[in-house]
Amino acid sequence: MTTTYLERLLDPWREFDRMTRLVNRTDSYGSSEYPAVNVWVNGDNAVITTEIPGIDRNTIDISVSGNTVSLSGSRPAEETKEEQSYHRHELWHGKFSKTVKLPFNIDADKVNATYRNGVLQISLPQLEADKPRKININ
Amino acid sequence: MTDTKKELQKKEASLEKGVERTRETRVYTPAVDIIEKSNDIVILADMPGVDENSVDVTLEKDLLTIYGKIEPEIPANHKLVISEYGIGDYQRTFTLSSEIDKAHIQATVSDGVLRLVLPKAEKEKTRKIPVTAHA
Repeated sequence: MTTTYLERLLDPWREFDRMTRLVNRTDSYGSSEYPAVNVWVNGDNAVITTEIPGIDRNTIDISVSGNTVSLSGSRPAEETKEEQSYHRHELWHGKFSKTVKLPFNIDADKVNATYRNGVLQISLPQLEADKPRKININ
Repeated sequence: MTDTKKELQKKEASLEKGVERTRETRVYTPAVDIIEKSNDIVILADMPGVDENSVDVTLEKDLLTIYGKIEPEIPANHKLVISEYGIGDYQRTFTLSSEIDKAHIQATVSDGVLRLVLPKAEKEKTRKIPVTAHA
């Protein structure tokens, strides 16, 4: 795919991506990196997907404010009273929180989230009032 | 920071020499916990995106292989603008010792986590030997 200089200049997602990288660089300490997210867009709608297996859906907290989406939740370690020893311990446990900024304000009432097979998918439409409008000249 | 980042990246599975894949997809090694309990060994594997129909557990001699097939869910007409993780199948192989009762291995999957319960063979279970006082 070839893009002209002008197209690159006009692509808001490019700038958004750069900003996200900058933001992530400064608060990537601790658990803020988990979980990894993919962000998909189609004009005035964005979809965030993230892989957070083994989490009770009732403990997932999604909040939207302006152009920012915050996810948080926790994954407790396997608990048993019987004696046990770990031969391998690679799974991630603990609390997580992650913030993703979109380049538009989100219509919080129309946000839709599903959690299936350990994959969380959040659909975030742009706020109607923020969309560009054509002004008729009288 | 670099350490946290590294752990969050999914690891791509390495291919054995002379083996070619026939499916055009990436294959990741799922992270696992292997926990030994008194009566069985539990393997938990993170395989987000798989369900009971898309995961295969095969046992060939002493090799237990788990394979999760992923049908990527791509939102229709959307363009990927930020990609922090890759999507692909999962595969990992475990060598079982003779102490496992291979006929009674159980596998369940829930919220993208595969749980295998490998019961220990009867003779391998830890037994408590009662000590009686000599009269």
